[in-house]
Amino acid sequence: MAVNYSAKEDADGHPSGGLGAAGGGAAKTRKPDNTAFKQQRLPAWQPILTAGTVLPAFFVIGLVFIPIGIGIFVTSNNIREYEIDYTGIEPTSPCNKCLNVSWNSTPSCTCTINFTLDHPFESNVFMYYGLSNFYQNHRRYVKSRDDSQLNGDNGSLLNPSKECEPYRTSENKPIAPCGAIANSMFNDTLVLYRIDNETRIPIHLNKKGIAWWTDKNVKFRNPSGDANNLTALFQKTTKPVNWPKPVYMLDSDPDNNGFINEDFIVWMRTAALPTFRKLYRLIERKNNLQPTLEAGQYSLDITYNYPVHSFDGRKRMILSTISWMGGKNPFLGIAYITVGSICFFLGVVLLIIHHKYGNRNTSADIPN
Amino acid sequence: FFCSKMATLPRPRIVLQEGEGLPDNRIKTSKYNILTFLPINLFEQFQRVANAYFLFLLILQLIPEISSLSWFTTIVPLALVLTITAVKDATDDYFRHKTDNQVNNRQSEVLKDGKLQNEKWMNVRAGDIIKLQNNQFVAADLLLLSGSEPHGLSYIETAELDGETNLKVRQALPVTSELGADIRRLAEFDGEVVCETPNNKLDKFIGVLLWKDNKYSLNNEQMLLRGCVLRNTDWCFGMVIFAGPDTKLMQNSGRTKFKRTSIDRLMNTLVLWIFGFLVCMGIILAIGNSIWEHQVGARFRMYLYWKEVVNSSVFSGFLTFWSYIIILNTVVPISLYVSVEVIRLGHSYFINWDRKMYYAKNDTPAEVRTTTLNEELGQIEYVFSDKTGTLTQNIMTFNKCSINGKTYGDVYDELGRKTEINEKTVPVDFSFNPLADSKFQFYDHSLIESIQLRDRTVHEFFRLLSLCHTVMPEEKNSGELIYQVQSPDEGALVTAARNFGFIFKSRTPETITVEEMGQLVTYQLLAFLDFNNIRKRMSVIVRNPYGQIKLYCKGADTMLFERLHSSNEELASLTSDHLGEFAGEGLRTLVLAYKNLTEEYFKEWFKILQEAKTSVDSRDEQLATAYEEIERDMMLLGATAIEDKLQEGVTETIASLSLANIKIWVLTGDKPETAMNIGYSCRMLTDAMNEIFIMSGHTVMEVREELRKAKERLFGQSEGFSNGHVFRKKKEKLNQGSVFQVTVTGDYALVINGHSLAHALEADLEKEFLEVAFMCKTVLCCRVTPLQKSQVVELVRKYRKAVTLAIGDGANDINMIKSAHIGVGISGQEGMQAVLASDYSFAQFRYLQRLLLVHGRWSYFRMCKFLCYFFYKNFAFTLVHFWFGFFCGFSAQTVYDQWFITLFNIVYTSLPVLAMGLFDQDVSEQNSMDYSKLYEPGQLNLLFNKRKFFICIAYGIYTSFALFFIPYGAFYNIAGEDGKPIADYQSFAVTMATSLIIVVSVQIVLDTNYWTAINHFFIWGSVAVYFAILFAMHSDEFFDIFPSHFSFVGNARHSLGQISVWLVILLTTVVSVTPVITLRFLKIDLNPTLTDQVRKLQRARRKQKPLQTQMHQVYRTSSRRSAYAFSHQEGFGELITSGRNMRVRNLHPTSGQYMIAPVGLKTGIRKQLNLSWCIFVQLSYEAV
Repeated sequence: MAVNYSAKEDADGHPSGGLGAAGGGAAKTRKPDNTAFKQQRLPAWQPILTAGTVLPAFFVIGLVFIPIGIGIFVTSNNIREYEIDYTGIEPTSPCNKCLNVSWNSTPSCTCTINFTLDHPFESNVFMYYGLSNFYQNHRRYVKSRDDSQLNGDNGSLLNPSKECEPYRTSENKPIAPCGAIANSMFNDTLVLYRIDNETRIPIHLNKKGIAWWTDKNVKFRNPSGDANNLTALFQKTTKPVNWPKPVYMLDSDPDNNGFINEDFIVWMRTAALPTFRKLYRLIERKNNLQPTLEAGQYSLDITYNYPVHSFDGRKRMILSTISWMGGKNPFLGIAYITVGSICFFLGVVLLIIHHKYGNRNTSADIPN
Repeated sequence: FFCSKMATLPRPRIVLQEGEGLPDNRIKTSKYNILTFLPINLFEQFQRVANAYFLFLLILQLIPEISSLSWFTTIVPLALVLTITAVKDATDDYFRHKTDNQVNNRQSEVLKDGKLQNEKWMNVRAGDIIKLQNNQFVAADLLLLSGSEPHGLSYIETAELDGETNLKVRQALPVTSELGADIRRLAEFDGEVVCETPNNKLDKFIGVLLWKDNKYSLNNEQMLLRGCVLRNTDWCFGMVIFAGPDTKLMQNSGRTKFKRTSIDRLMNTLVLWIFGFLVCMGIILAIGNSIWEHQVGARFRMYLYWKEVVNSSVFSGFLTFWSYIIILNTVVPISLYVSVEVIRLGHSYFINWDRKMYYAKNDTPAEVRTTTLNEELGQIEYVFSDKTGTLTQNIMTFNKCSINGKTYGDVYDELGRKTEINEKTVPVDFSFNPLADSKFQFYDHSLIESIQLRDRTVHEFFRLLSLCHTVMPEEKNSGELIYQVQSPDEGALVTAARNFGFIFKSRTPETITVEEMGQLVTYQLLAFLDFNNIRKRMSVIVRNPYGQIKLYCKGADTMLFERLHSSNEELASLTSDHLGEFAGEGLRTLVLAYKNLTEEYFKEWFKILQEAKTSVDSRDEQLATAYEEIERDMMLLGATAIEDKLQEGVTETIASLSLANIKIWVLTGDKPETAMNIGYSCRMLTDAMNEIFIMSGHTVMEVREELRKAKERLFGQSEGFSNGHVFRKKKEKLNQGSVFQVTVTGDYALVINGHSLAHALEADLEKEFLEVAFMCKTVLCCRVTPLQKSQVVELVRKYRKAVTLAIGDGANDINMIKSAHIGVGISGQEGMQAVLASDYSFAQFRYLQRLLLVHGRWSYFRMCKFLCYFFYKNFAFTLVHFWFGFFCGFSAQTVYDQWFITLFNIVYTSLPVLAMGLFDQDVSEQNSMDYSKLYEPGQLNLLFNKRKFFICIAYGIYTSFALFFIPYGAFYNIAGEDGKPIADYQSFAVTMATSLIIVVSVQIVLDTNYWTAINHFFIWGSVAVYFAILFAMHSDEFFDIFPSHFSFVGNARHSLGQISVWLVILLTTVVSVTPVITLRFLKIDLNPTLTDQVRKLQRARRKQKPLQTQMHQVYRTSSRRSAYAFSHQEGFGELITSGRNMRVRNLHPTSGQYMIAPVGLKTGIRKQLNLSWCIFVQLSYEAV
């Protein structure tokens, strides 16, 4: 009622409407503007799903996907991959003795596994370690890090983020690097030998170039200061609880030490799924005449530090070549072939249905 | 009714002259001021469930053990929503402040310190004495003390309060009225008023005036209420009793009933279901978490510590439940409600902007007054329409006549063929007559020739028209003659007579003065045989200057033909043919007759009349007998035909709406005859109808019997059909207590009278009534009161789950407009009341077609598509977390980057779907109108219902499944092109987010039917913006500023540079979209809906020139005869003969040529109509 009241009085106060219109052409009318937008007449493209568009689309998808799928599948199958589970669950495994190793056990438990490559690995070989049943994607785990600290922020170095709890301080000193991720860094050492006439020839394992460029150069930085004297930079901090050595002793190369140690960086890039692999070393092809890894006998020396048995974890070492679409994975190829075939098949079925029962009438019988 | 409830006097209150402790006259409709705005507005906003829910989520997120998302993911959208709403509220309130100020600062004359002073309205206090001038608004509730008119009378118009436009009388107490305009005495007035507490009853006031040791009881007769306008009274004085918020007007300003659409209600239900779903998922995942913590987590603790507070797996599950509630909350996106409002607002603007609903004559565009109901316009099943002013223009024109067996009014061309009257037809020139009404148009020149030839019968015909009526003339200063008519058809007749040279100039109780062909003739009015419903006629007996006594009678043909002199037989049959013709054209007819009386006969009869008038008992019967006695053996003069002009396009609109399966019920205050007449002329009733049931019973038994008979006819006849009619009897029970839905073939119509309706609306009969009414194609309710109008609407709402729309133009339609789902006001001639109560308003009934079939249909269509897509999108987006839960130890880890979650709904995907919700069109406006059947999906609620909702979310779930498991399969144990693993969490998140954006964009591409430039811009723009923001957030620069907030640095570059990531995105997209395309194609191909067909047709036609399908107005050829009588009320004769509504005034001579009888007349005040609100709703109301 109140609204009625005021509105009426408005109308009463200054006559609008009819009187305004009667005032002649000069008076402003309330006639809406004749624009395409206001009259909802904007020019528009009005697509319709018709047999003419849908059926070809299905055939095209089929015809494109199947070759892609085959290509991926073949490529994937051509990738050489060799995997060793060295967890040592089986009593026969040489690493069985190390199964119940704990952090920092001294001396380290070592074991050697011999294996044979039936086919040579032609191109660059990537050496991975793989973990299973390891929940690097658990929420409490994922957030337990301090990116500012890892980026070399001096404030965060000494006062790590609360997210790192309970791996934030140890013995009243800030932990560097703090958090559960860093604390649980994979610390087995893998060394690969080729056995050539009973002699073990060590294979050069390149430990640089395994991390993302941005991680190495942007995301991870040592605290500012004298890069050659990391010990001083990390002086007021302490090592993560599980680590045997502080962070500035990860490597002797100052370019691969401290926070910018690539093994550390790789570990810090958490995996999406509980079964994952991480790049460990690169084996570069020396020349074009020889395959990177010839077929033959090899042995893997493992310094077994990393306990996984308690939570049913598995540890693997993987050697793999890669192709234009990455590592070996049959899924994508099969999926493409399947989807492509289904689309093609659907196209055929729809064509038949359309031909037999389809509604091709042209509007003549539209009831008004 | 509530009149009786007010019998006891509530807590007495004393109004003292000083008015201490009483509120001043300031009114405040605004809610906030600058200081209180923020707290009050926020408080109000958080009272809304959705906002409170998000606040709750925000609080949850602040608990570190639970927080699975950063606080900003909730606070950014919430702040956005709150800001938008607050801005809207602030604007609304600003306008309220403005109108408040305008009203509060009005001036009124207040008696202060012994003299009149101008004072602002807001400073007026209870106890002040105010002087009011003519045509002023009453500033507060006043006790009338004295007025300029005799006997302390004052006239007011209460249109603002109750919508009645007629004038009402208020009379001051004799003791106070003698104060007059004596300022000194008024200033000394020290009466004390004890009265009821402020209330909202407009028709009741109880109080006592204590003055000079006397008590005077006060009632509503002495009250001038705020909001009324003083009319025809030069001045009056009143004492303020209630001011400001205490006034009856403000007490009545309750909150308007909040209307919700059925989509709204469905949406609320669905949101509740989704909450349930959310809780279920939360529980599943929480249980999963408990088990995981127990089985795996407990052993994994060397790497993943277990906080001290979380000391058991069950408690961990409990915390995880809340964590999952937080990350899964996006299934009910906060932007849903805001987006829905934005879309509705947009649709409202489109209605406001529609030039095809703009009426140039009044300069009135269509106006949306409630912006939240648009999609319901696409679901209307029942339209309840007022008749007068809505279907008709409420303009009566004298169109044709039959005088002495000859018809006038038709136009013939040179060859003597009847032609249609159009703009080119030359109207009769009335310029010879200075007093002619310029608006009157007549095209048949032969009539004016007959008059000029001094054809005796023609003269007598018009003389009758100028004498036999209840019109009051009013002569304005300019010499302009204005007729105050109480029924528009009478006005039309008198105006016609006036233009043809028989100008009714003035009347006194004893005389009628007519200017006949330029000569002033005064007739002595001897008797006035008033109209009533049974007589269906009225007569006057006059003595002309030559001393002849004549009886002039006009009335319904059925009545008059029986009372004609036997010599008229031939003429009667000829006239009767003409009447049939007129009625066939939908005209209202009247028959005119006269009778010469001898002096002796009249005297004798007059004695009988006097006796009848003075008799105590059976006065009415005796009068009727007396009238009957004299009204016989009359001589037939002819017949008139008045056109109750239908509004333009009414017939087409009704036809088109009926095709759309919208049932139109006409609820009118008019009589059955008039209503049926209009029913025929707008083709709601046709001769082809199987039967028209007319209910006119006065008792419950009669009505029950009539209903029973109608039912028998309906069902019995249908069952008995053997000639090809199919009888289907679907006894599907809609809901418990709902009326059976039975389909009956054949067209039936129901006409029901007000008093029958009163019985039919009673609890025990309403079902039967509706059963019959639902079977009928047309329902006309006549003589219904405003209350009954709304009762009918309520009844239909109660038993049919149908959406109703009420359309009307007058104050009597307000109830109906308010109780229907949607109220439409015609901004016509009856003022603004209906418009102000309505949700939509426009100037012409025919715009209803466009409002429903175009705007309503589109709105519904768009809203449904919007909702489907919105739910789909959010399920696809959110449920990925659910799948991921199984692989991350049910730890409530999100799949996506937190920024992506924050921006997904408000930035990346909001605009394309908004553009679709605003601009999408399935078929063009022209086709929407041409193929009315396209409206049906809305009525049947086919486009968005629970089933559709489940399909949408099932599809969303499917998409989320594909979105998660394809990358899962593809990334399982895989390395990238550079040998570095790409199955890290961040790459996974970016891949999935990108897939999601592309999948939902492709989906909106498929859903958008109407690609305007804006759609293109929004869709491609959104995808572009996604990538732009993605790269920006993953850039080194952002990371350098906030390392801990942009930890995805370098990810976009790395991941999107991988071929396999793009292969995954492509595969996900195809897998997600293929089923939809297949199903949609199959549906269109095998079982196309009408929409699909029309779309196809539209496409085929687009190349050709658009075909204009025009409906040609078909003229009705009906043999039906009008049984119309007068539409006016009984009792006017008495008013006229008593002269109570007449007053001597200064006269303004029109021309110096003639002596004019020195009698002027004043606007009639109809005491009979001086009704209180109470009676207003109870009595049968005359729709003026």
